[in-house]
This record gives sequence, C-alpha cells and structure tokens, in this order.
Amino acid sequence: MEIIEILFTASFWAAAIRIASPLIFATLGELICERAGVLNLGIEGIMVSGAFAGWMAVYSGTGLWSGVCFAMLVGMLFGLLHSTLTVPFGLSQHVVGLGVTLLATSSTYYAYRLALPEVTSPPKIEAFQPYEVPILVDIPLIGTALFSQTPLTYLALVLVVLVAVILYRTPLGLAVRAAGENPAAVAAQGLSVTAIRMGAVIVGSGLMAVGGAFLTMSAFDSFFFEMVNGRGWICIALVVFGSWQPGKALLGAVLFAAFDALQIRVQQTSFGTQIPYQFFLMMPYILSILALIIMSRRAEVPAALMIPFNKGER
Amino acid sequence: MRLEPINNPNIARKSVPPAIALLTTILITSVLAMLAGANPFSVFGLILEGAFGSQFALLETLNRATPLIFTGLAVAVAFRAKFWNIGAEAQLYAGALITVLLGTGILQWPTAILLPFIIVASIIAGAILLLVPALLKTRFGVDEVVTTLLFNFIFLLFVSMLLEGPLKDPMGMGWPKSARLIPEARLPRLFEGLRLHWGFGLAIFSSIIVWVIQTKSTLGYEMRAVGLNKKAAAFAGISVSLVLIKTALISGGLAALAGFSEVAGLKGSLTLDLSPGFGYTGIIVAMLALLNPLGVVVAALFVAGIFVGADSMSRAAGVPTYLADIMLAVALLLMVLAIMLTRFRVIRD
Repeated sequence: MEIIEILFTASFWAAAIRIASPLIFATLGELICERAGVLNLGIEGIMVSGAFAGWMAVYSGTGLWSGVCFAMLVGMLFGLLHSTLTVPFGLSQHVVGLGVTLLATSSTYYAYRLALPEVTSPPKIEAFQPYEVPILVDIPLIGTALFSQTPLTYLALVLVVLVAVILYRTPLGLAVRAAGENPAAVAAQGLSVTAIRMGAVIVGSGLMAVGGAFLTMSAFDSFFFEMVNGRGWICIALVVFGSWQPGKALLGAVLFAAFDALQIRVQQTSFGTQIPYQFFLMMPYILSILALIIMSRRAEVPAALMIPFNKGER
Repeated sequence: MRLEPINNPNIARKSVPPAIALLTTILITSVLAMLAGANPFSVFGLILEGAFGSQFALLETLNRATPLIFTGLAVAVAFRAKFWNIGAEAQLYAGALITVLLGTGILQWPTAILLPFIIVASIIAGAILLLVPALLKTRFGVDEVVTTLLFNFIFLLFVSMLLEGPLKDPMGMGWPKSARLIPEARLPRLFEGLRLHWGFGLAIFSSIIVWVIQTKSTLGYEMRAVGLNKKAAAFAGISVSLVLIKTALISGGLAALAGFSEVAGLKGSLTLDLSPGFGYTGIIVAMLALLNPLGVVVAALFVAGIFVGADSMSRAAGVPTYLADIMLAVALLLMVLAIMLTRFRVIRD
C-alpha cells in the first residue's frame, strides 16, 4: 500500500521529471541521428564528455549557460568526428560509435586528472536552482511536479516540441527524415545526403552532451567517474521504445524515470529493505529490455538506418 | 566526394594508410603526453620498458593478454557474422561465477576431472547468457547491441548481489568477495617457477580452434556469408537465425573462458573488480586484429603491453594511465579508416 501512496505524491513526480531530463536531451539527440539514418553509439561517451565539460567550464568561472553551451560544443566536436567517419567514409556505425564512446570517456577522464591532479573528492559548483513558474506551480500535483524544476528541465521539455515541429513541419525536418528513409530520393532532389546526415549527427551529439551536463550542473553539482552509468545505452532503447517519434520518446523517458524514482522510494519502505538493493538497481535495465521486446513488433525503423549512402554507387 | 573500389591494390596502397594511421596515433598521444608536462619520447620508452623490458614485465603482459585473447576472440567471432555482441563483460562474469560456484568445495574431485568440468560449465554459462539476446534478435527483431550492453549492467549487479549474499566469503573480513577455489580447481602454472598459468595456453589453443572453425568448416563459411549479406545467405539456403544462434553460443562461451581463466589461473576468488573492462577492450583487440582469430593473439599482446606499460609509465612520469585508453581508441578509429582506404579510392567531385 505504501507504493500506491508514493504514486500520489507531488515530490515523486517532481523527481521523475528531474530524472527524465538528461534522458530527454540525449534521447532527442539520438533520435535526430537515427532519423537521418545514423546509429550513434558514441552517446554514452559523449554524455560523459558533456557532463565534465559543462561542469569544468563553470568551475573555471564561466556562467551556467555558457557551461551548457561549452558542453554542447564538445559534444558537437565528437559528433563531427563520428559523422566524418560514418557518413562520407561509410565506416561501420557500430565500430565507430563504440570507438567514439571509448575516446570521449578516456579523454574526459584524462582531462579530469590533468585539470584536478590533487583532489580526493571533486569540487562542487553553484548548480542550476529550481525555478517556480508563477501561477502554474499552484496547480495541484502537476504544478509542483512540472513547474518547480530547474531551467534545464524546462529547456528539455521545450526541445521535445521544437524537435517534433522541425521534424514534421519544416522542409529541413522532411530532408532529415528522407535521408533516413530514402537517401537516393534526397540526392535526386539535388540535396546533399552527406551534409544532412552529418548535420543531424553533429546537432544530435550536442544534445547528448547537454544531457550529460544536466547531471553535473542540475541534478548534482559535481563530476564523478561512472556517473553516466549506462544512461546513454538506455536512451538508445528509449528511441526504439518511442518508435523514433519525439512525443512518444518523451513519454518513454518519463515512464522510465518514474519507475526509477519509484524503485528508489520502495527500497526505503519496510518491504523494500528485505530485498537486496541490487535487485532494484537492476530493474531499470530489465525494464528497458522488456520495453524493447514489446515495442519491437510495432517499431517503424527508419528504412536506411545504418546503411551508408555512397553517391554514384550501383 | 565518393568512394570507388580498387580492384588490385598495390603494395603502397595496402601499406601506406595503416602506416599513416599508426604515426598519427603516436603523434596525437605525444601531444597529449606533452599536455601532461611529460617528454613524449620518455613516455613511449617507459611504456615499452614497462611492457616488455624485463622478465617480470613480459609475464605481466602475457597474463594481462590472456583474458583479452578470449574476449577478443568472442568479439571477432560474433562481429564476423555481424552479430554485435557488446556483452563480453557480462559473459566473462558468467564464466567466473560458475568457476567459483563449482570450484570452492562443492565438488571434491581430482584436478584432471574437475578442471575440464568447470571449463565446460563456464562455456555453457556464457553461451546461455548470450543466447537470450540472440533469441530476442532472431525471434522478435530486438537489436542485440542494446540488449547485450544492458545485460552487462544487469549481470554485474546480479554478481554483486550474490557476492554480498549467498556467495560471500565468511572469512572475507566483510568484503564482497567469494570464498577461495580449492587447490584442485586452480589452473597450474605453464612453467615451473614462472608466474604464468595455463589460461594463456588455453587462450592460444582457443584461437587456433576458432581459426580452424572459421577457415575450414561449413559453419565458418556460413558465418562469413551471413556477415557479408544476410539476404544472399538466406537465398543460398543458409538458415540465418540458426547461424546467428550458433555464433552467439560460440562467442558467449569464449568470453566466459576469460572469467574462468582469471579466477582459476590468477585471482583464485571472485570480486567485483575482476575485470577492468576486458569485455569492452576485447572489441578493440578484435578490430585491430581485423577479426582474424590468430591476429587476436598478436593484438591482445599489443593492447595488454600498452596497458601494463602505461601503468608503470604513469607511476614514473606522472601521466594519467587514461593516456593508454585514448591511444587505443584513436588507434581503433584510425585503423578502421585506414583499412577502408586500402580498398577504396576517394574521389572528389
């Protein structure tokens, strides 16, 4: 019964939205890449690099929003590397993606060790603070959950709408979707598939890095090793779960985060303390796999996902 | 720009791109070493010396290479059939888990029976663990990249749960650590007096077996065919699902042997830090070896040498060990590009 009560507290849903925020950024980023036809397995490493870059920038004295921009820039650079290798050169997206994750993770840790050689515990920054939206915050239940978040969470929610509008209502979005469905048709229109795909991967990677930065600049106020902890891989599952649509991906991220928030709370109940904590930590990953199995039959995979386009071939 | 295949690449075409890739890797690593305030020449010197400079160093490198040969083979077998097994880390722990379950005293058998039994059981455990993502792929079309990756997290938590619960060593001073293997379950040393165990021998043997399977057997042919073109393979009468499942069983079994060999040959018990990412590093090993099983041995020695050498370099020169990881990631990306450029010409238009 304790579990049911938890579900009706505003603080629970506020936590769910907060946990969902980094996933929303990174899932949107991955979704943009995959809609253009490129699987980006660099996501996990790019999130690590963004988490460090944003936090380090603020720690070095820039403002919070400059930190977010810097994280995004670092992510875009890794996106440029990824897309250069996978788009014009058509290299295996699996191998390059994993390589980018390794490179981004190890170079982040290297930079951390160089920048802060003598600290035992990482220093803290003045992170984003929650901002209560006037009037709206007074709506029962939803008000506190949705409108007492940090600015980055509001940005994540706005981005869902923005990405959906761009993808479905603008010529640019049409070009991106076409590059992932039928690149030959895009080329026949006189557009450059290479440019569209590279642009999508670069922008998408920037969003992934902002997702990472959320962890160090909004959820926490410090950088730890292993802090991304598989969130990138979960976002790849969320893209499939959301059938490559921003709205459904948002729903998936919030559901997932709600489950995550729930397991943290159930752990502390009298029932939860009798069960090994690892069991609860496992659940989000198991849930992701179950979601993939359920959704796989209905998923509408972009037809040209993972297929390089070499102009003039065949 | 576009790419045009080269039919008969000459020697220059085959050797120049990989050479440039290698030089660029060294150059990038040097710049990063200089950022840490170190002299790049001494950094590379220290890495080489730490990896191969003494008998102790060499044995350390061979020991470190052993699990990498197994995980490298696991990845090479799977990637050849374009089955993306990124879960070698979990399968490694499956093998290690079975080894401590069976080897800590439940079975009081002589070594000659106990060890082969544990080896077979480990292989089965790893195979079953990878069978699940393989079946999800062939039955439901669920992408194996995500499932195998997520399995790594799930299985490590599962091992952690057991190590803090039923498998916890009562003599372990409260650390989450399994009981020690009985002497009969330990892999003997390869040579008397040298700190190198039979796991290395088993790794070399496995790479030869995998090479024979890939080059001489029908299954090896089918795996290549599925990897090159699934539709064409199906058209030629090959059951793609069956080949993928067989591939997964072999791949998972090989990765599990890494866990067996680390526990039975080196550590003697299971802890959560048994593998510092051997499963993921296996991907680099396999790619640097161009997925060739015999090449995996060479690549594993190279990668292990860099890690072992970087450890001692880091102590001496004060450069973070992550330099080794960066170097390998750069080498991986540039080599994949270089190999492509040996077969294709870039044409500007």
